[in-house]
Amino acid sequence: MLWDCYRIDYLFIGEYRMSDLLLKAFDNEKNEELPEIRGGDSVTVHLRINVGTRNERVQLVRGTIIRLRNSGNNRNFTVRRIAANGIGVERTFLLNSPLIEKIEVHRHAHVRRAQLYFLRDRTGKSARLREKRLR
Amino acid sequence: MKGLLGVKLGMSQIFDEQGVATPVTVIQAGPCFVTQVKTKETDGYEAIQLGFGETKEKRLTKGQQGHLGLVKPDQKHPNRRKNHGIPALRFLREIRTRTAAEHSVGQQLTVAQFEAGDHVDVAGKTKGRGFAGVVKRYGFAGGVKTHGQSDRHRAPGSIGATSGTAHVFKGKKMPGRMGNERFTAQNLEVVRIDVERNLIAVKGSVPGTKGGFVIIQDAAKK
Repeated sequence: MLWDCYRIDYLFIGEYRMSDLLLKAFDNEKNEELPEIRGGDSVTVHLRINVGTRNERVQLVRGTIIRLRNSGNNRNFTVRRIAANGIGVERTFLLNSPLIEKIEVHRHAHVRRAQLYFLRDRTGKSARLREKRLR
Repeated sequence: MKGLLGVKLGMSQIFDEQGVATPVTVIQAGPCFVTQVKTKETDGYEAIQLGFGETKEKRLTKGQQGHLGLVKPDQKHPNRRKNHGIPALRFLREIRTRTAAEHSVGQQLTVAQFEAGDHVDVAGKTKGRGFAGVVKRYGFAGGVKTHGQSDRHRAPGSIGATSGTAHVFKGKKMPGRMGNERFTAQNLEVVRIDVERNLIAVKGSVPGTKGGFVIIQDAAKK
């Protein structure tokens, strides 16, 4: 019973756990189709833009995932790519957003931390990551 | 006036077709029982008393048990209150309404009385911040960070004039206990209702901790 619990993360309401209730209430069917992604992956994100207007189309964002936040319904990740003239561009996507049509994973990388902010200070050869092949 | 008692579950976000994410607070509200109907004739004002949160009967005092009709009448007390199918409830709160007469004791109220697009006020007890300084508590600007300042960064500054008044005025904003008091978040939009699981999602934040008790009512100022 709810009122007998002393730890908030184990709050039960009926047979539901609180965190499950939160997620279930706002199920997003779309996110089941998305592949598992990790920090360091090279990905192409297919993003729908101008939804609902005549100019609706799909935009591709290709780059490296430098941050992945698994915070329940607010899961998000940041893709960093090098745009024209060597300018780094970072874009954050909400994983549960209906705007994300598809995520292609090109390669995984051997990384030892969750946030790859050190890539921001690097260019060229030093900005590469060692590839990791998954079985 | 529509009202409901509930528990704050936490925050999340909901997307619309355009992909715009709306921040919401999810509240598990009801089912609430009407435990008492107050009318002008009997009480001088109109209100309904709602009960929420099933608990064990032994956790209530005898007075509370009697009020909910949980104590059976016996020979000595033949006029005890009848039970209208109400279980032992932890929270009882009054909602002022002009339509109290439409309700009856034992009636159940659920989130179905609200619908998406409605505006509601949500009242709860804010998180306690302990003994807080004036910058956190009242949003004072604090002192300058440079120009040789030391120990003055979060200080309140002057608290009054000198011998002219010779007092610090009553009500002067000073450091002290902050939070752990009732607060009402007004005009929150209802974004989604889940009747099956008794969930209601309102736009924006709501006072209190996860698992905290909240009261939802029609927006007073909308």
